[in-house]
Amino acid sequence: MADNPTADMQAAAPAKRKGVKRRAFLIGGVAVVGAGLFGITIADSNAAKSAKARLEADGGYSFATWLKIGEDDSITIYSPHTDIGQGSNTGLAQMLAEELDAAWDQVRVVSAPAEPAFANVGLGRAFLADMTGQPAIINGIPQSFLSFLARQMNLQMTGGSTALRFTGRVTFQNVGAATRLALIETAAKRLDVPADELTTQDSHVIHAKSGRALRYGELAAEAATLSLDNPPKLKDPAQYRIMRQSMQRLDIPAKVDGSAQYGIDFSVPDMRVATIMAAPVRGGKLTSVDTAPALAVKGVEKVIKLDDAVAVVAKGYWPAISGLRALTPQFSDGGNGGISTASIFKAQGDLMAKGDADSTAGDGDVQAGLGAKPIEATYQVPFLHHAMMEPFALTAHFKDGKLNIWGGMQDPLASKMMAVDVSGLDADDVTFHPMMIGGSFGRRLPMYMEIVGQVTKLAMQLPYPVKLIWSREEEVAQGAYRPQSSAALKASLTKEKRITAYRNDYAQPESAESETVFPYTLPAVSRRHFAHVSNQQTGAWRSVNSTQQGFYNESFMDELAHAAGEDPVVFRRNHLKAGSRHLRVLDEVAARSGWGSPLPAGTGRGVALVESFRTIVAHVIEASVGDDGMPKVHKVTTVVDAGSIVNPDAAMAQIEGGTIMGLSSAIGEAITLENGAVQQSNLADYPLLKMAGAPLVMDIHFLNSGADMGGIGEPGVPPAAPALANALFAATGKRVRNLPILTQAKA
Amino acid sequence: MAIQTSINGKPVALAAEPDTPLLWVIREELGLTGTKFGCGIAACGACTVHVNGEPTRSCNLPVSEVAGKSITTIEGLKSADGMLHAVQKAWISAQVPQCGYCQSGQIMAAVALIEKTGSPSDAQIDEAMTNICRCGTYPRIRKAIHAATGQAAKAAKPAEGGA
Repeated sequence: MADNPTADMQAAAPAKRKGVKRRAFLIGGVAVVGAGLFGITIADSNAAKSAKARLEADGGYSFATWLKIGEDDSITIYSPHTDIGQGSNTGLAQMLAEELDAAWDQVRVVSAPAEPAFANVGLGRAFLADMTGQPAIINGIPQSFLSFLARQMNLQMTGGSTALRFTGRVTFQNVGAATRLALIETAAKRLDVPADELTTQDSHVIHAKSGRALRYGELAAEAATLSLDNPPKLKDPAQYRIMRQSMQRLDIPAKVDGSAQYGIDFSVPDMRVATIMAAPVRGGKLTSVDTAPALAVKGVEKVIKLDDAVAVVAKGYWPAISGLRALTPQFSDGGNGGISTASIFKAQGDLMAKGDADSTAGDGDVQAGLGAKPIEATYQVPFLHHAMMEPFALTAHFKDGKLNIWGGMQDPLASKMMAVDVSGLDADDVTFHPMMIGGSFGRRLPMYMEIVGQVTKLAMQLPYPVKLIWSREEEVAQGAYRPQSSAALKASLTKEKRITAYRNDYAQPESAESETVFPYTLPAVSRRHFAHVSNQQTGAWRSVNSTQQGFYNESFMDELAHAAGEDPVVFRRNHLKAGSRHLRVLDEVAARSGWGSPLPAGTGRGVALVESFRTIVAHVIEASVGDDGMPKVHKVTTVVDAGSIVNPDAAMAQIEGGTIMGLSSAIGEAITLENGAVQQSNLADYPLLKMAGAPLVMDIHFLNSGADMGGIGEPGVPPAAPALANALFAATGKRVRNLPILTQAKA
Repeated sequence: MAIQTSINGKPVALAAEPDTPLLWVIREELGLTGTKFGCGIAACGACTVHVNGEPTRSCNLPVSEVAGKSITTIEGLKSADGMLHAVQKAWISAQVPQCGYCQSGQIMAAVALIEKTGSPSDAQIDEAMTNICRCGTYPRIRKAIHAATGQAAKAAKPAEGGA
């Protein structure tokens, strides 16, 4: 991010450095808390002032822009993250409400406006390497992880399992604690008692001695004008009553009665609906299109040609898609017409065979350690589609020089800035209205949200609001896929069944180093990245590179265990550091899964252990192969060390869902290319796991190790594929080295 | 010519072209957005509604085919006094939804299954509940269906062998 700051950041940075006294804690009229910690918010006091005015327009008193307390005691929390269904907004509210001592039933969360004053400062803070005095939590983050985030990062981004770890711990807990102190100070003055005689509970400041209590709502107006001299002290976790509890998610009631409004549900009067088709071979351009067949469809109003796509605008989605299907647009292939799945695998294999790596990591003399006859295996994984259930859909309206856009993206602020770029308008004339998101898994991150540019271009030339909806066919064909990737692994073993050297060569567009944690202690380890770029757009797919790397390393460790003639759990144990968190997770999963106990004939057990986003997850899977060749997962036992957990039930749901997504991709999912274009057309030929394929028994345990909080949205995914592949090897003797398993079974 | 039908107990005359899928009539003409568009080919079930009580994927069903029939959407599940359906309550208790986008369809499929079978077995749930949930909420959907039909949460069963 530092290399490519947004205009807002550039404007903000000098003010921040000059004008702010670190460690001053203000929560006053300019809506500022914690100068030392929240530099970006205070950097632009005009933005902060207008944010405060905006929040208080309908009553109540704003604290630090993230919190508003109403005279009726209502508590509104403004989240800069997009809750994609992972429960992060509920978790953030729990963190703020805990430190505030709020009455939980009065708390609600809304999306923060897509404006710089509401930028995600916890995350932003993590990237400003030149800032000093950062809280310990940020010091503990490895630079490699920051560099991953720096690639993904914009200031309202949700991703990298960061919401609670950064925004929550760095910002929201401090805002809650600081506001609580301001409320106490106000109450002390009003009751004319020393502040240290006051306590707080359920949105009241209480003076036990005199039996008096004041509501937060009656203190808020005055408290919001106070400035604090020192940063607040956060609670001892032993006092928690909201955090670490399984509070029901605040977003769920609207999701069971159909009232939740997603981006695709937005409408305004006079709105038209458009749908679009981009060049099937990525990199191609629109060369010609006869618009007449679309215009002949009743309800179609306009056909709009873009550089690389054609869009049909109509009175509704059905005439729009019918019109689009009536067209036979001609596209060039950008010189990519020869690219196929096979050609990519071949090119990746050739690169690795040549041995000229783009980057290397690890240590020790691997070449010497491998010796003359190492054990070798090659693995391949395909492009994966995110398959979020809500297709891309945004509504845009350009009127009187102002552009408004409504919809759900993982980074509303970056979405706004992209619309600013595409439209050529001033940032002040563009507003992005964030809405609920029907799944994302990485697809709606800033680098790949081409729909923002498309809908902006449409709106700029239409006199009415337009909602652009991508068909599922467009979603499948124009993804930001998990990269197709190949790996060649080598290792040698001693007579004592110990690994002497371990090499992981892999080919794909980008280095996976920042998402790879290799937990085993070996004399020599090497990871070498061979950069291969195809014409496809590749992106972050839930857990990012941890899925491929987890599959490669944990499959190969299994192969090495079998080559050594040792039990896969024992073999892993022998290469893990005594007393390590990884070892504890492995031991727990072995014990809880009944590792080693007898299974029915034809059923096997497999284990895999992967750390990602600072959370360690091990799965033991029991699986067999049905008569139809389908792998059947009977039981998954999981142990998770995420340090500490804000909402245990929501965390459980994330591990359940992540595991199932990992199994789904391992069993059936693949995007393949022929003649430069994606071959899959819809969900019929991109099979996702359904109820009948999901494990009937999922037994998940969390270890509260007390380590720094890890992510929870992603880490359930990576160990699922290797644990299943290892279980199938145990069941059938056949090793799965290429995913998905189904194509291999059919072949 | 208007197509006469009934939505959530109310008679309506629909102006849509007869080949328009029921989904888009529900969403765009009637403004009932709880029923979702997922794939357009009846593969994912996000668009599931009840047509004469039968769970039906509305994204590729021409509206002309529902003339004279009775349609229920997620918005019509609540009782007249606004109380949630038992299945909706079970969905909240089990904290089923994540992104929530597929859940209207899942709930409509579950209500139909329960109306048909009373108290469905795991095998019946596997057979009937074919809607896709990318977030992977299947274990909780199963749990909520059992809970809504008064079945205690199933104890962990031993793995059924593949042999």
